[in-house]
Amino acid sequence: MNTRILAGAGLLIGAALGAQQPVAAKPAGATLIKNATILTVTKGKLENTDLLLQNGKIAQIGKNLSAPAGATVIDATGKVVMPGIIDPHSHSMADAINEGSLSVTSMVRIRDVLNPTDINIYRQLAGGVTTINVLHGSANTIGGQNAVMKLKYGRSVDDMLFPGATPGIKFALGENVTQKNSQQSAQATGRPLRYPATRMGQEEVLRDAFTRARDYKASLDDYNAAVAKGDKTLVAPERNLELEPLVEVLEGKRFVHAHSYRGDEMLMLLNVAKEFGFTVKTLQHGLEGYKIASEIAQAGTGLSTFADEWSYKIEAYDAIPYNTAILIHHGVVATVNSDSDERARRLNIDAAKMIRYGGLTEDEALKTITYNGAVQMGVEKRVGSIEVGKDADVVIWSGDPLSVYSMAETTFIDGEIFFDIKRDKEMRDQMAKERAALEAADRRRVTPVVP
Amino acid sequence: MTHLTQRDLIAVIFGATMGASTARAQLGSFNPNPGPQGTFAIRGGRVVTVSGAEIPNGTVVISAGKITAVGTNVTVPSNAQVIDATGLHVYPGMIETGSSVGLSEIGQGAVATVDISEVGSFNPNAQAFYGIDPHSAHIGVARVVGITTVVSRPTGGILSGQAALLNLAGDTPPKMAVVPRFALVIELPRSGFGGRGFARAAAVQQGGPTDANRVRQLQMDSLRAMLHDAEAYGKAHAAYAKDKSIPRPAHDVVLESLLPALSGQMPVIFPADRATDIRDAVTFAEEMKLKPIIIGGQEAPAVAAFLKQHNTPVIVTAVMKLPSREDDPYDVNYSIPAKLAAAGVTFAISTGDRGSEIRTLPYNAGMAAAHGLSKADALKSVTLWPAQIFGVGDKMGSIEVGKMANIVVTTGDLLEAKIDTKYLFIDGRNVPLDTKHTQLNATFKDRP
Repeated sequence: MNTRILAGAGLLIGAALGAQQPVAAKPAGATLIKNATILTVTKGKLENTDLLLQNGKIAQIGKNLSAPAGATVIDATGKVVMPGIIDPHSHSMADAINEGSLSVTSMVRIRDVLNPTDINIYRQLAGGVTTINVLHGSANTIGGQNAVMKLKYGRSVDDMLFPGATPGIKFALGENVTQKNSQQSAQATGRPLRYPATRMGQEEVLRDAFTRARDYKASLDDYNAAVAKGDKTLVAPERNLELEPLVEVLEGKRFVHAHSYRGDEMLMLLNVAKEFGFTVKTLQHGLEGYKIASEIAQAGTGLSTFADEWSYKIEAYDAIPYNTAILIHHGVVATVNSDSDERARRLNIDAAKMIRYGGLTEDEALKTITYNGAVQMGVEKRVGSIEVGKDADVVIWSGDPLSVYSMAETTFIDGEIFFDIKRDKEMRDQMAKERAALEAADRRRVTPVVP
Repeated sequence: MTHLTQRDLIAVIFGATMGASTARAQLGSFNPNPGPQGTFAIRGGRVVTVSGAEIPNGTVVISAGKITAVGTNVTVPSNAQVIDATGLHVYPGMIETGSSVGLSEIGQGAVATVDISEVGSFNPNAQAFYGIDPHSAHIGVARVVGITTVVSRPTGGILSGQAALLNLAGDTPPKMAVVPRFALVIELPRSGFGGRGFARAAAVQQGGPTDANRVRQLQMDSLRAMLHDAEAYGKAHAAYAKDKSIPRPAHDVVLESLLPALSGQMPVIFPADRATDIRDAVTFAEEMKLKPIIIGGQEAPAVAAFLKQHNTPVIVTAVMKLPSREDDPYDVNYSIPAKLAAAGVTFAISTGDRGSEIRTLPYNAGMAAAHGLSKADALKSVTLWPAQIFGVGDKMGSIEVGKMANIVVTTGDLLEAKIDTKYLFIDGRNVPLDTKHTQLNATFKDRP
């Protein structure tokens, strides 16, 4: 009943499902980055190499490249260039995170609540991040639809949506869904407990939803087949905004990003998915993924986790920082994510920890915050490594990005600069002057006395 | 009622313990005991003494818990166990002064593992030392990155209790404790915020800012009254000690516990981030003749001159915090330590984390170094400076003869995330590098 009401509301908003719409590209001027150390991530480290960014793409990589007419030339001697960081689990820009009133809210979309002026975008650009996967929260078993964003601070949401990113949806398992940790407050506020309250119920919610989605798909398929045969008498099945995204999951057109902690609950989801004939794209957090690494690898599922967050709740008590390395050594496409406006600013340090914990190579560690994330969002042909033809989403670092002493200095997206450390300083000085002038002009202002 | 609560709790823990697939989350002991206090010679490493010059090819000799020799031409005692540190770096252990290690294991969903705040607002006699779980998995995980010593403090209320100085090795609290009663914690009621605790919440809800300020004033009055009472109590007992003919004053464990802080022997930790709260804490400490240490310090740069003038040190826990205002520069907190250093304020760096994430301490210091602090000062801010701020700079914080042998031997720069620890000595004992995490890693990494 409730579902229908919500679905109806969704229709009124005019939800257009499917792949994110490409935006008209506004070509950036060419930039030649000279004499840098380039971490291609997929093809090793190139010393004293030039990088030409043209028409928003990586145009050339090589020695002694000549600058096209009008190109900006940056001397990057002693600097290191790496692909823009990709954060596979973010809630930045989202003005709402959870539509948690129902156990299945596949009809809601994060892209409808994005704030393109969120200052955290800029802070993350200053940490070398260029692409984020904005996910619905973990309040319910089947949550809302995600939005993959390029961090083009200052532009509209439409300009920031990553063209061609595979649409996704958030699922969630475990303690956040059973609401065990919030039951007390639920009782205090009079909020009724919501089904499911156990992991048993979570399996049942998934099974129920996908059973309904399968039936819906069958009725759509029957209708389309009949129409294709020329039948003009049939009435189309009623559009169902709750089940439509799940049909896309069944058809492999929408990626499932599933919040999960314990090995057993992840295994349950992988088995339900197998039964219904789809592949879970990523297990999000997946803190105990290392306990079932073979099963995850076999399912063709990826995993996106914290570098070293643990012990903050029961289901996080067996989290280990070796998780990522164990998974990668088992052949799983694994990434390190932030799930936090704070941590997103320093994912390079979190990647470096993966060398300490489990012995990843530098390239493997870098992949956990670049290329592997691109795979998890279906944009690996566009971003995630420095290769000719890919989007010019690159970052110039003051030194080795896997060092705590290094800073992102210039962040490019589609060949345009969205963060530059010198420009940042100029803007600060300008703001300070502006503030001083305003204060001086205000005669009523009393200068505070600091003892 | 009590029975029911307890049973529910057990149910939660039991459910989590028995539910998952293979090895189970459990609260056990994951921290292997350190070996005996022997004689060791750590030879051939790059010795970063912190207090003096680096020794490129140096030897550090440890005996009976102390550093007995440091240098290039050092005689290695014949009974010494030699540790080959060729190609390795030798550092003093890091000191995390902003934690509650051992008092809180799992913050959410396992309240029985959280012993961090006493009931009520005035508990100067609540000692962290008596709540420390030496088997906390956080301990092993933190020490293997080179954190050898922590200040663990209770939180909450106004007089939260007393912090302990602990080495992160030992299977009982007495074995871990360097100084069991180390610092008093006062969470000063915040101005414009309606004080602290339940009274504040009620006042803000019911009466708005006017009542909130009244509550704060009442709390400040109560705090002053208790400290004055303790002062009087101390004087009465001192008088009685000299002259047994006067009436014997009663004993009071609460007032008694405040005497070391009132006499200036014990420092007082004041958590404060806002400039106004920092100033209030320093002013209050001066009024009461306490020895303040500010912990938090997010807005300390705004009152740097004041802090320097009042010679008040700051434990900065805000390096990795998000800027609090939208128009703050993106690096406003990364650069707090650099700003304090430039202004001549004494400071140390801390994660401010309860326990599980204190292992990120070196990266907090590293981030400060990326943003203007010198690398040498970044290292000092997690070794020698916290020791000096808390008055134990003569005992630890650097590699010097006579100091406690808290030493970490690494594959590279201590503040880098990608390096690893090869040897760890705490109190002159060789500490095994196994942790809850290495154990689970070993159990599962090769699972087919």
